[in-house]
Amino acid sequence: MSEQGVDRSKRQFLTTALTVVGAVGTGYIAVPFLSQMQPSTKAKAAGAPVEIDISKLETGQLLRAAWRGKPVWVLNRTPEVLEILASDTAKLSDPSSQESEQPEYAKNEFRSIKPEIFIAVGLCTHLGCSPTFRPEIAPNDLGDDWKGGFFCPCHGSGFDLAGRVVSGVPAPTNLVVPPHRYITETRIIIGESNTEENA
Amino acid sequence: MKSKYLTGCGTWVVNRFPLTKLWNDHMAQYYAPKNFNFWYFFGSLALLVLVNQFITGILLTMNYKPDAGLAFDSVEYIMREVPWGWLVRYMHSTGASAFFIVIYLHMFRGLIYGSYKQPRELVWIFGMLLFVALMAEAFMGYLLPWGQMSYWGAQVIISLFSAIPIIGDDLSLWVRGDYVISDATLNRFFAFHVIAIPLILIMLVFLHIVALHEVGSNNPDGINIKESKDPWGHPIDGIPFHPYYTVKDIVGVAVFLFFFATVIFYMPEMGGYFLEHANFIPADPLATPEHIAPVWYFTPFYAILRAIPDKFAGVIAMGGAICILFVLPWLDRSPVKSIRYRGGIYKKAILLFVISFIGLGYLGMQAPTATATIMARIFTAMYFGFFLLMPIYTRWEKTKTVPKQLTEQPSIEDRIPGWVETANEMIKEVPVEKEGKTVLQKRPDPSGIAKVLIRTAKNLKASLD
Repeated sequence: MSEQGVDRSKRQFLTTALTVVGAVGTGYIAVPFLSQMQPSTKAKAAGAPVEIDISKLETGQLLRAAWRGKPVWVLNRTPEVLEILASDTAKLSDPSSQESEQPEYAKNEFRSIKPEIFIAVGLCTHLGCSPTFRPEIAPNDLGDDWKGGFFCPCHGSGFDLAGRVVSGVPAPTNLVVPPHRYITETRIIIGESNTEENA
Repeated sequence: MKSKYLTGCGTWVVNRFPLTKLWNDHMAQYYAPKNFNFWYFFGSLALLVLVNQFITGILLTMNYKPDAGLAFDSVEYIMREVPWGWLVRYMHSTGASAFFIVIYLHMFRGLIYGSYKQPRELVWIFGMLLFVALMAEAFMGYLLPWGQMSYWGAQVIISLFSAIPIIGDDLSLWVRGDYVISDATLNRFFAFHVIAIPLILIMLVFLHIVALHEVGSNNPDGINIKESKDPWGHPIDGIPFHPYYTVKDIVGVAVFLFFFATVIFYMPEMGGYFLEHANFIPADPLATPEHIAPVWYFTPFYAILRAIPDKFAGVIAMGGAICILFVLPWLDRSPVKSIRYRGGIYKKAILLFVISFIGLGYLGMQAPTATATIMARIFTAMYFGFFLLMPIYTRWEKTKTVPKQLTEQPSIEDRIPGWVETANEMIKEVPVEKEGKTVLQKRPDPSGIAKVLIRTAKNLKASLD
């Protein structure tokens, strides 16, 4: 091919223009390709609130339920436990739940609406394992400092019975308290807040 | 007549496709150093295991169902009711562990003989990309049986993304395709495991081999064989890959298959290391197994993650433990490649590195107790120390003179007389009364054993200098 009479600047312009148009086109097609991996409408809709009946929950017992595919715990705490929770806060990294996720009405020292009934999403805030319920005091495997709580078997994070994380473990924040409200004394809705009650 | 037609066919192809050229460039006239030892089997073995994974994987997809409601049962169906399904499945699951054994040994070979050093940096980087792709492939494959370990393992690893500031939560949501690990996650992992990553793996293997054949293979002496050539222009210390190494590698394959088949037929779960016990329980999103640990090949990195008492820093350390391997060619400042001629400080550093890697691997399988966490922190420091201090200690290294040509190592036959002599040294003949006669009987000689032990210890110490 002869190079004679070639307008080099026009050729350069056309090449650049085509490259830019191509890049824009790639960008446009990338949006649907990447977005189709987002949760589908069906997955987004499947977050309906669940109702839990706690009339048979005795003092010291833990009840497990499922909400949005996640485990939710309802724990009926004893007065002794509440006493420990109120006094023993020296080893916690966020005792007053400043950095943690909970509705406004659960941002208190027991992290609950009623002091004895504790409700939390049962997933460790580190990497999402479900911690085990270890209410006993100073068991052999957890050491003398253990005053009862939740222990994550995956990476060794510990939480007290108000879901507050102890310091020096991988979990950064306290267990998440989901929005919830009481319909009656013994029936709770998980996933909804009471609108009148400072939602 | 017939052969004429065949030749005609051959010429027809060769005129249209560089078949002869490819064969010669990569097999018949690819000159490899003549002193490849045991460590050089693992490259071709990795290729063998890759083929095994492809064939058994394709067969498994014919009966597996990527559906959260059906996946667990479909795997059991393969195990119990599909003809030879158990064999195909065990070949695939054992193949995954075998792949990592082979790859770790292959990488260790690179480490001791300096195969990552100039001019093979790109070979090493393609290899590292292969390693990362392989880890992704193994991780996604492990979700597919939809057992308890599958579920909670994936939950933990995907949550790693959420530790990234700002975009983390959206990113992990995007990876999962749901707010929890669910059917959507299983389905996309199936797509990645079966299509996307295998394609990437094939591409990277191609690049890895092309880059290797461009610069030529390293060898246990770490010298460049292209520097001394015979009158025909072939390296004096090189031999054609085919038939010499193709045949040698077949022997390696036979030995490998012996161990591979033993595991498949007699211990396919390998005591819970290759297939974890908790994975024989269907996934339960409400309860984590009491003790969760990843499969053995991820445990060193998992132990590093657990050792750091901060979520984001832990994720960074775990990622950094892998990323730092990419820059290894530039951390090592020593002019010498092979461990045979490197200084004692590097030998000791490698020894400490191996101890820390195996130690981390062990701790990653154990429950996170206080002592284990402290040990893991020490090993993590050793692991990173090996790499981060490398620019310093490799400069201090007192290297030995590197020979101009490949050296000859004593073969096993050459070594046998020495071993016999050592064995005799540890035995003395004692007169024993037997049926009224005095006979000489062989008994262990404590002073001889002590002498041999001291000598072995001295040799060991000398080999580290």
